[in-house]
This record gives sequence, C-alpha cells and structure tokens, in this order.
Amino acid sequence: MTPARRREQGLVRAYVVTDGRAHPTRNTLDIVTLVNAVTSRPLTGLSPEKRGVMELCRGGALSVAEVAGHLGLPISVVKVLISDLIDSGHIFARAAVPKAQLPDVQLLQEVLDGLRARL
Amino acid sequence: MGSAPASDHAPAPSYPAPSYPTGAPSYVADTVRTAAKILVVGHFAVGKTTFVGTLSEITPLRTEEPLSQAGAHVDDLAGVPDKTTTTVAMDFGRLTLSESLVLYLFGAPGQKRFAQLWTDMLQGALGAVILADTRRLDQSFDVMGLLEEYGMPYAVAVNQFDGAPLFPEEEVREALDLLPETPLVTCDARDAASSTKALIALVEYLQTRPIPDDASAAPSQES
Repeated sequence: MTPARRREQGLVRAYVVTDGRAHPTRNTLDIVTLVNAVTSRPLTGLSPEKRGVMELCRGGALSVAEVAGHLGLPISVVKVLISDLIDSGHIFARAAVPKAQLPDVQLLQEVLDGLRARL
Repeated sequence: MGSAPASDHAPAPSYPAPSYPTGAPSYVADTVRTAAKILVVGHFAVGKTTFVGTLSEITPLRTEEPLSQAGAHVDDLAGVPDKTTTTVAMDFGRLTLSESLVLYLFGAPGQKRFAQLWTDMLQGALGAVILADTRRLDQSFDVMGLLEEYGMPYAVAVNQFDGAPLFPEEEVREALDLLPETPLVTCDARDAASSTKALIALVEYLQTRPIPDDASAAPSQES
C-alpha cells in the first residue's frame, strides 16, 4: 500500500492567487503588522484564499507572518491578499509598527522589562 | 494561550470552524498595541529553530518563501525545465512581553540570495541574535557580514552543543573578529532561561547605542 502523500505545494501557483501581482497595493504592511477581520463584512465575491484569510482572522488578531504560516502561503503572497482586503474594508491593521520610530528608547525598555520578567 | 476575545459584533453567520494543519490559531491579546521583532540568524543546523521553539509561547510556525517574489520572473522559467523553484524556510514564534507588547522571533538562514526575505525580516527589526557553533565559527562570517551591510546591530550567542569544545571568550571574540562592544554570550538553545539571557544581552546592547537617524536600515526594494 502506498502511504498517503502530502501535497507539498498547492495546485494553484502563487501568482494566480494574487492575480499575477508581485507587489501589495500598500507598502505599510510589515510581517509583524497585526491584522483583524471586520466580521460584519460579507465574504461574497472573495477568492477562496481571501476567504481563508478572513476565516482565520475572524477569531482575533494575528501578525501577517502568522497568517501566512497558518494558511501555508508565502508571506509575499499573503501581503498582497491582506492589502487587498484592507482596501476593501475586510481587514483592519491593529498594530503597525511605525518603522521610522524604531528603535525607540521606551520600546527597548519595555522589551527588556518583559524579557527580564520571564527569568 | 490568551483568553479568547468575545466578538462585540453581531453573531457571525455559522461557518464551519476551519481547521489548520498548524493547529488552532492562538490569537494576540486585544490589549496588544505594539509588535516588535528580533531576528535569530546563523548557519545551517546551528539551532535557530530550537532557539525560536524554546522561547515561543505559540507552536512555532514556518513559511516557505520563494526566492523571487510571487509572480516575478514567471516567464524566465519557461523553457527551462530543469530549473527548480527554490524556497527558503523561515521559522518564527511569539512572546507576549506585556499586555500591550508582543515580540516575534524570526529564525532564518543568513544568505544574501534570499534578498526579499531579508528585506521583510530586517525592516523594523530591533536587532539580531547570531547563533554560532564553536566547531564551525568560520561559517558565521557570512551572516555577520550581511547584517553589517544592512546596519543591523547584533549579539553573538554561542549555542553550546553537547560535546563541543569550550573556548575562552577571548578566543571566540578573536576568531570571530568581534568589535569590543558586541555582546558575546553562551547559551543552550534548548533552555529557556539561557536563551532569554541571549535576547537580554542584545537588548541591553541596543540601549547603549545612539538612536540612528534612519531606523529603516534595509534598502527599500520599491516605492
């Protein structure tokens, strides 16, 4: 008997998922930007991949990287999908790290305090 | 896992709960306002995945990133049947540091050819921990050079493998040609306390550095 083989990659190529686009519509998404689904928005007309993002993000906030990890899609693809969903009002970004403000003295102290508290 | 936040919207239509191969997602607490990131880099099999897994409060996640961005160079592959699509794995985990702050750890190989991944990881990162193995110190030079090129500050943590020789700190410093101020610590990537101390050494070092004018050290690819 042949063991069940796990499909390594989706049948659909990444560039199909993104309608052939390599770049997101906005450049503000970081891999640690936290995103939430706007649960009141209807899912009609969304591609299966975008529905997947919406279903995942309905339960609470996740980073862009976590969305990619759970959905098994590359981060570059998920950025395009999430940008579209922000544009259409389906997703809102909760904690975008303003990169111009990093590294900030207060943030470093908070990180340090949090790490020391774990020891 | 944090308390599941109650939805304050009208009851959602009943969808079947999706299941993920990665397990049920553990969501970030509603009170979190800032997400910071630190990179965990180093050569092959130096313990990056272990380090991230030891510290992460969620089951570490992995993404496979193509070498080129989605959709780019699609035509280039036509007529090149034996060209394989290369991907690079990135492992990451999450630590809640306070009710308003989470820290993400990203573990990835330090190789220049993963340019897009580097740009994504480096942008906005506080700094990097380079894991090193005393048996293969020379293999750390690539990633050190890469971080220096991007102006990304780092600490070096020697992952002390069982049976690996113990060297005095001075010898390791000399072998790696570290600047006097660069932190060098020894850790066991399987041990939470010593791995946490490696992160602490990095952040303490970051505090001593002057705030750079342009925090976005990574060169922008577009825009």
